[in-house]
Amino acid sequence: MNVLLIARRDLAAYLHGVSGYAIIAAVLFLDGLLFNAFALGRGAQYSHEVLQQFFYFASGTTMTAAVLLTMRSFAEERTQGTQLLLDTAPIADWQIVAGKYLAAMGMLTLLTLLTMYMPALIFVNGKVSVAHVAVGYLGLLALGSATTAIGLFGSSLFRSQVAAAIFSGVVVGALILCWLLSEITDPPFTDVIAYMALYDKHFTAFEKGRLVTSALVYYGSVTFGFLLLSTRVHEGRRWS
Amino acid sequence: MIEVRELTRYYGHTPVIEGVSFKIARGEIVGLLGLNGAGKTTTMRVLAGVLSPSSGSVTVDGTDVVGAPDDLKRRIGFLPETPPQYEDMTVAAFLAHAGKLKGMSSADVKRRIPEVVAQAHLEGRENQVISTLSHGYRKRVGVAQTVIHNPSLVILDEPISGLDPVQIVEMRRVIRNLGEGRAVLISSHILNEISQTCDRLVVLHGGRKIAEGTEAELTRRLGDTRIVITVRGGQQEFEAWLQANPRVEHCFPRVVPAPFASAIVDLHGDIREQFIPEIAAAGFGVRLVEVPDDELEEIFLGLTRTGATA
Repeated sequence: MNVLLIARRDLAAYLHGVSGYAIIAAVLFLDGLLFNAFALGRGAQYSHEVLQQFFYFASGTTMTAAVLLTMRSFAEERTQGTQLLLDTAPIADWQIVAGKYLAAMGMLTLLTLLTMYMPALIFVNGKVSVAHVAVGYLGLLALGSATTAIGLFGSSLFRSQVAAAIFSGVVVGALILCWLLSEITDPPFTDVIAYMALYDKHFTAFEKGRLVTSALVYYGSVTFGFLLLSTRVHEGRRWS
Repeated sequence: MIEVRELTRYYGHTPVIEGVSFKIARGEIVGLLGLNGAGKTTTMRVLAGVLSPSSGSVTVDGTDVVGAPDDLKRRIGFLPETPPQYEDMTVAAFLAHAGKLKGMSSADVKRRIPEVVAQAHLEGRENQVISTLSHGYRKRVGVAQTVIHNPSLVILDEPISGLDPVQIVEMRRVIRNLGEGRAVLISSHILNEISQTCDRLVVLHGGRKIAEGTEAELTRRLGDTRIVITVRGGQQEFEAWLQANPRVEHCFPRVVPAPFASAIVDLHGDIREQFIPEIAAAGFGVRLVEVPDDELEEIFLGLTRTGATA
């Protein structure tokens, strides 16, 4: 109940303000541009290759959108003083974090659904399976969930939304670049670092329409881990 | 009944409040006085459950702030100096949200909103968006939000700061209404306001409680040792003489037209019979010896400067 109350309030804040719409519009514009320039503009290709490239671009814009949508979650509450409303309410810290996560995921899901016209174009004019589209979108949401959790953690650390976005962007970037690092390290670090790679190790399967359970477990673990860290940061403020 | 016992709170290794204890009975309005950095806001935030105490206890009707924080938060309403408000919401929607955050059901919130709107004198503003309200109305929305869940203890941090004289009179009326059946704790820098609104005072200085009591009780504590003296003579000479006199603990110069000099003087005990003849013997013509008339201000200055113990 408390989680939904907070989620509803945050969703309303996204929809009442300009920033939510601006982020969605910018990401949709970018998605459309990339889809036209690269996925469609590379000459003759199989439909599944075009769809694969769409998911490749969409993964990047989804991660960017998640960081931008979550940068305000806690930072804005603190700068406007409304954090006190939550701190003086009989609500557990994990409920506050979960509510904000749900709201951000709601917006991200809306944004993701709005991109469906592009796979629909491929589906109508080419030959791709519904399963490929569905698995690709599941992957986008799983990747978006992990990035949203990272964004919430960044927002819980800083009062400034810009600082929160920069921090979250750096963490996401570092996790993406893990695949590069894994290539220059020795075993057993190679496998460990490669497993941490946010995109390369886990998302490429979704792009190709393959459902890999271990990738879902990975994204679930990153989501849970960073939500837990956000909760701990929130709890820690009472004692600091 | 609210009981604060030996409350201590550290920021890092620095104690911000140390061993603060006091009680507030239901129906009582208590003023928390102190200079900037005295520990007023920290005390209030610990009481509201925003900060955890390093040691000590706060109980509201027997419920401990650390042992059962959620239960305690349902019994406390806290209004910080800047009211926490979602500016994109209407007054009614915000009050409903605040009530539900406090654990109220939708039915209870619906029933309660007209009551708190009336209590905070917000009639006719229910459907107005908060960002379009004046500062005074926002404060009142803050008060309504503070009592939406009918708390046992209401904590108001600088409730009249930034208000114009008309709004201050209105807010005073609102605060007095809040005191009916509840314990109210108010901090304010405006001593006259505290004097008019509160039944009792708790004075903090350097994170410690240095005095507690009614205004009359605190006046009596200082009345025997603090006097205002006006003499015929040079201001500088008179101040120099006072500072050199071993009977004088502190002296604060006052501005009076020449050829007179004046000062507020704290003596080491009630030794006025011995001290006043010494002024005359030193060559100053004694014109007037009186007890300070701006009582609360003198109490406050006296207590915080001498660091008197309760």
